[in-house]
Amino acid sequence: MKRWVAFSSIFAKDMRAYYLKPPNVSWGIIFPLAWTGMFFIRSGMGLESVLELLPGVVTISILFGTTSLLSVTLTFERRSRSFERLLLAPISLELLMLAKTSGAILFGIVNAFVPIAIAAFLADMSGISWSLVVPAIVLIGIVSTFLGLFISVSASEVFEAQTFSNFFRFPMIFLCGLFFPILSLPIFVRWLSYILPVTYGVDILHGAVNGEHIMSFTLDFLILGAFCIVLFAVSLRNIKRRWIV
Amino acid sequence: MKSDNQPAIEVSNLTKHYDEVIAVNDISFQVSHGELFGFLGPNGAGKTTTINILTGLARLDAGKINISGIDCTRNPKAAQHLIGIVPDESNLYPELTGFDNLCFCAALYGIRKSERQQRAQELLKIFGLTDAADRKFAGYSKGMKRKLTFAAGIIHQPPILFLDEPTTGIDVGSARQVRQIIADLHHKETTIFLTTHYIEEAERLCERIAFIVNGRIVRTDRTADLLEPVKGKNVLLLSISNSGASLSREMDSAFPGYQFQSTASGQIRVESAEPVNVGPLVRFLEEREVQVTEARRHLPSLEDVFVQVTGIEAELMRKDKEKAGDGGGNQ
Repeated sequence: MKRWVAFSSIFAKDMRAYYLKPPNVSWGIIFPLAWTGMFFIRSGMGLESVLELLPGVVTISILFGTTSLLSVTLTFERRSRSFERLLLAPISLELLMLAKTSGAILFGIVNAFVPIAIAAFLADMSGISWSLVVPAIVLIGIVSTFLGLFISVSASEVFEAQTFSNFFRFPMIFLCGLFFPILSLPIFVRWLSYILPVTYGVDILHGAVNGEHIMSFTLDFLILGAFCIVLFAVSLRNIKRRWIV
Repeated sequence: MKSDNQPAIEVSNLTKHYDEVIAVNDISFQVSHGELFGFLGPNGAGKTTTINILTGLARLDAGKINISGIDCTRNPKAAQHLIGIVPDESNLYPELTGFDNLCFCAALYGIRKSERQQRAQELLKIFGLTDAADRKFAGYSKGMKRKLTFAAGIIHQPPILFLDEPTTGIDVGSARQVRQIIADLHHKETTIFLTTHYIEEAERLCERIAFIVNGRIVRTDRTADLLEPVKGKNVLLLSISNSGASLSREMDSAFPGYQFQSTASGQIRVESAEPVNVGPLVRFLEEREVQVTEARRHLPSLEDVFVQVTGIEAELMRKDKEKAGDGGGNQ
């Protein structure tokens, strides 16, 4: 019970202090809108292309939403030493970091539904397998947040965290099959796609929305789950090594 | 396992390096339940590092730590429910109000909503911050920030409290208020581990004191026992217009019952077992064209003991701290 009080308070505080702040809410809406508009215009196709673009825009909204905010908030709290308050709390580091990341996960999930809501007005979405889309969005939210956590632990300044984030995020746009099929990539860079977690989430979304996917859904979910565990574990180890010196 | 027979804090052979620098060098001490223990030393002596290790914010390289009988050497989280900490810098959330900051800190210890709100109100009243309860922490003055940080450290009523320079950088009134609260907590049997560079503060508050210099404890004793050697001594401080250092040998032979010493601030310190006779001293100096601008009787204190034991001038220690941005609340 005491742990739950601590967990929920950290989550609620972060939501109030960071994620529900007007600039972040507007960013969470405008960013997916801009990506949707940009790719829709760039594709030069009609409304039938909306569903083709949807998995990529959903993923990119989650990826940028989670990594941007988490890396900034964590680095900021660490710089202002308020993160020490949390480290002194009588809760395990695992629970503490789950509480710290849960706000970003939720923010990413909500971001994902902005392009979906827009698409609902423009295309027929009756063929979409929601039982695959929803868990895929949740897992992409978790894996992107933990990627943001991994980045935050490696940075000591906010600008450093942002630069480091971009180092991961922008190649992902081209390498993870968001807008260009992995199979159309040159063979010598294709292996890079398979070591990036987002690839597996996008594969599920493409399969669920358009029926086109490279791997089995089970394998995609298992690999995404494994990435979540590994990224979280490595981040915790790095926090112990770098932040508790 | 907690046991009342165990000391509240037990540290054995604690050592900590930062690269080539030895921050804490093989220190050992114990603090009993309900005791107010002081850690006195200059900047960089290892005070904050020791607190950080004891509270789990830093790792030790060697040694052993027990908090209330719980072995925290390898698992610093094990006793965190028993401790509270007031760090040397305010570290609350700037975007939250004073009230919300306190409620949030209480929630971290699993305290339920109604209880934490009541406790937050009480502490805001005790620290004189009720009017600022709904203002954001970012807009607080330095003294207000320090007081709210103190309140956040005791919101869960910890039996063991770590205070890292609690009065540093705050105004005189706030410092007095904080000291009174420390004394009240001590009367309520809270075990307090206090680090300070204010010698008078340590003397006034602490039951036992450890002097720490360059990461090593050079002496630990009860405050009364530390003061024993200087008790009953007569000390006179002469402020002079120009250096009287060259006269020291002449003065030694002219006044054999007195001991003379030049201080870092350019004064002459005269020490004697009998009351010091000012007139002959002033005349002696003026005959040698040394103007005496002030003669002040000095009551020997812990400062004298500290200087004797550590060789560090208390005045230099104060200036050192002021350079580091301390506003100076020790009055």
